[in-house]
Amino acid sequence: MAYRSSVDIHTEWDIVAARQLGRNEAKKVGFGTVDQARITTAISELARNIYLYAGAGKIEIERLNEDGLFGIAIIASDEGPGIPDVRKVMEDGYSTSGGLGAGMPGVKRLMDDFRIDTERGKGTKITAIKWLR
Amino acid sequence: MPQQTEKEYKEILRQYLENQSEQNLYMGEAFSRKLIEQDISPEEVISIHKSALKDVLPGLPSKVWHSFDFLIEMMIRYGLALKEHQSLVKRQEEMQLEMEVASKVQETLLKTKIPVVEGMDLGYVTVPSRTMSGDYIYFVGNDMDEAGVAVADVMGKGIPAALCMSMVKFGMDSASHSSDGPSGVLSVINRIVEKSVNDSMFVTMMYGRYDAKSSTFSYASAGHEPALHYRASENRFVELDAKGLLLGVSPEARYEEGSVVLDRDDFIAIMTDGVTEARTPEGFVEKDTILEIISSVKDRPAQEMAEHVFAELDRMQGFQLQDDFSLVILKKE
Repeated sequence: MAYRSSVDIHTEWDIVAARQLGRNEAKKVGFGTVDQARITTAISELARNIYLYAGAGKIEIERLNEDGLFGIAIIASDEGPGIPDVRKVMEDGYSTSGGLGAGMPGVKRLMDDFRIDTERGKGTKITAIKWLR
Repeated sequence: MPQQTEKEYKEILRQYLENQSEQNLYMGEAFSRKLIEQDISPEEVISIHKSALKDVLPGLPSKVWHSFDFLIEMMIRYGLALKEHQSLVKRQEEMQLEMEVASKVQETLLKTKIPVVEGMDLGYVTVPSRTMSGDYIYFVGNDMDEAGVAVADVMGKGIPAALCMSMVKFGMDSASHSSDGPSGVLSVINRIVEKSVNDSMFVTMMYGRYDAKSSTFSYASAGHEPALHYRASENRFVELDAKGLLLGVSPEARYEEGSVVLDRDDFIAIMTDGVTEARTPEGFVEKDTILEIISSVKDRPAQEMAEHVFAELDRMQGFQLQDDFSLVILKKE
């Protein structure tokens, strides 16, 4: 069975807590230093988006074991304004040009699977998975 | 493959630590090219370095090893920036390719043929400043007695201007076959443009018609750059302008019409602001300078005149056109 734990994001310091949780879980799954750093960077990016654009939300970390394949899932969810134009957010150069960091394309690159569910006025849920190779 | 890479890296590093020679560094440089080829990210390079060092210098204090983990953290975003850069470069290449295709399509779309008219020598040059042009030259003429010429300029450059220009061409096709004079032609095009082009696009156009029987050049202008009439008998230029609103602003716009009779060796120059507003690093090219350039070749055939004026202004602008350049010369033989 999957094991899931979470951190609520309200302040910038909660981003650190989410990273810590993600790193601990990534270590447990067996990821090396470089992948740990990638996973935590993805968590930073997602948590900061929650903090900046939705105000509040949570980061959940789930250890995965599917048919002998081990991995980690980051689930970032909020009840914020939602993303009006997902295609734009997924474009290279869109968020980075504004100085907002690696943006969603960055998270997608750091991880293996990436999925956005968003609805205007209701919130956003982003799931990003990395598999252990 | 990564294991092989790690092994090779370790060997190069070991040699360098022993000799610190330029040759070792050169091998390192060559190896870095291989790493890039294999798409190995900066953070991975540090990780490879760390594990190589663990074999070569095992006795280092633990804080040194931690520092590498810190460095890996530092490099993650550099790695992302690199990936993003690569993907943007690829996208740019694709867009460049599309633009080249579009430019060919436009070339075909805007193709025009110089008509043969009794006693009239015609020449023109139109060159876009970027891949796509917002200038448009169109000749009308199917008998020896009469020819029409339209010179249009869409404000702005590149793709938006080029798309808008296709609309103007469509208008031109419908309007030019009517027996209306220049002001009538502009009225028809104006209504078409007004209906089909975005409010933020502005188009200026001059339409002229030459009647070989009476040697008369009649013209109307939709806010376009005045044309120049060179009077050979007086050796001077006279501006030809006619009142009229830009195309597409109001469907009710009216266009004033003017006309001049051309004598032997007189010529008319119709141009876009890429000619009159040519910019050099020192500022705009003076109008007198442009007139001098045109005058200096007034005895040459119309096509050569137009080509010479373009070559001169292109050279003055350091071969980097600031705006689309179009010039038509109608010369009375």
